[in-house]
Amino acid sequence: MQLVIASGKGGTGKTTVATNLAWTEAYNQKIVFMDLDVEEPNAAIFLKPDFYEQISVVKKVPSIDKEKCTFCGKCAEACVFNALSVLPQNVLVFEDLCHACGLCKLVCPFKAIKEVDYEIGVIKAGTSLKNQILFYEGTLNIGETSTPEVIAAVKKQIRKDMLHILDAPPGTSCSVIEALKEADFCLLVAEPTPFGASDLSLMIKLVKNMGIPSGIIINQWEKGNNLIDNLAEQFDIPVIAHIPFDTSIAAAYARGMLFAEQHPEYRRLFQAIIPKIKELIKK
Amino acid sequence: MKQIAIISGKGGSGKTTVSSSLASIIPQPVICDCDVEAPNLHLLLKPEKLEEGNFYGLPKAFINQDKCIQCNKCIKFCRFEAINSDYQVVKADCEGCTVCAHVCPVTAVEMVPNQAGTYFKSATKYGTLFHAELNIGEKNSGKLVALLREKALEEAYNQKAQFIVIDGPPGIGCPTIATLSGVDLAVIVVEPTVSAVHDMMRTVELCQHFKTKYGFIINKRDLNPSKVEKIRAYALQNNIPLLGELPFDPVFRKAVKSFTVPAQFSPAIREDFRLIWSNIENMLSQSKQKGDRL
Repeated sequence: MQLVIASGKGGTGKTTVATNLAWTEAYNQKIVFMDLDVEEPNAAIFLKPDFYEQISVVKKVPSIDKEKCTFCGKCAEACVFNALSVLPQNVLVFEDLCHACGLCKLVCPFKAIKEVDYEIGVIKAGTSLKNQILFYEGTLNIGETSTPEVIAAVKKQIRKDMLHILDAPPGTSCSVIEALKEADFCLLVAEPTPFGASDLSLMIKLVKNMGIPSGIIINQWEKGNNLIDNLAEQFDIPVIAHIPFDTSIAAAYARGMLFAEQHPEYRRLFQAIIPKIKELIKK
Repeated sequence: MKQIAIISGKGGSGKTTVSSSLASIIPQPVICDCDVEAPNLHLLLKPEKLEEGNFYGLPKAFINQDKCIQCNKCIKFCRFEAINSDYQVVKADCEGCTVCAHVCPVTAVEMVPNQAGTYFKSATKYGTLFHAELNIGEKNSGKLVALLREKALEEAYNQKAQFIVIDGPPGIGCPTIATLSGVDLAVIVVEPTVSAVHDMMRTVELCQHFKTKYGFIINKRDLNPSKVEKIRAYALQNNIPLLGELPFDPVFRKAVKSFTVPAQFSPAIREDFRLIWSNIENMLSQSKQKGDRL
């Protein structure tokens, strides 16, 4: 099963929920955890994996053979991403703008363009909790814009027949869409504030648009605050859990610790989540 | 005229709190909500729409089924798996690269305009606000940010405004890069948590990469005083200006809950932001120094 933890709004508790859920669930079964917040990955802070491998994520970018190139400019003219600039005696390639579509190579009348690998990020693989958690973390190289491509590269490591917990980035566009593709279920982590409600509405529309069943976890919840519960009812999305506003949770988080580990009373909350999701998927 | 962008790397650090509060004390700035994927500024600034316009992403491919001979060339050459076995373009996956149009032997592929969202110019109590809505499932958020920045700049010149305050998105990718393009100062909002400090360092690297001046605001300082000390030490060691600090105070939540700009909700908070603003003004008026930090 592919379970994606998303939110729209940043800072609602995606990584908190994803890592605590992973840690709790790993006591039942071997799981795969993927940190898909490749711009700012944080899950390793909490799950503390032993990394054993690092691989480069590359995209294909043009390389110009100056011997064959006549500086005719057709490649630059064709490129919709403005990734090429042809000067009188030189061609500039802006790798960070290149979408690796291959058009320049196709249009070049002189076969002067070949494609070469250009690194956009890295994937690190590791294990946590005595190998019960197979941990993957994607990291985008600074200055690059290919966030979805790095996310897709991490997701290539998805294997069958295991529970995958995918920690998505904030936002509601390209990156999150890539994280959500093929998901069996989306856990939406929401905070009961006006910003949280606004962003949650956008996320609900997105998951519905993508046809992904979803449920809500309300984080930093205070009794009597029904803002998100009401929204959930309005959109007919089930609320799966309420995590209370608790300074001990905040303190554990601030120090990079799993609060389910520190506070057994919260373990039960997390243990109940996967069974609830399985039931919802059946329906 | 100076452009100030509020960014953080980490989501939920307080960018909108800071940008709305600064906008409310700066004399008539132009304001820009560049968090186009999850915009929040409008909730506090209560904009009255003056103008709106369509935002077009790149044109997307459309296959004319009457002309199509199903030769498979488009499917073979498309790097994004955006054409299904029925020779229909899956719009959500189409990047608009035009490879399919180029390889089609019978010109069955047309590139058609794609309206991906809407941008707004609105009046608010504190200044003209530029904001946007991206259509659900659309990409190109970076391009929309670039459009808003362009509109805000044009307006600032027309109004002879002295400042543009830009509320940035989380992360360090495409929309953040578009947010930082050409700004005079990036204000990085940092919380004293392990995650936020980790994210802050990548945000600093991003600013250095693009040679953008930057400074810190430490938010929610009471959450972890020892971490605050570490951030202060880091800033001192690396010559990073500390523009100010904000407390971890329930009054911020109360302000947002009542849809009020925090600096206007509480006199104490307003004072905190006055000090922050005075530090920012000092930083902006200092002469250019070597490197990318002041």
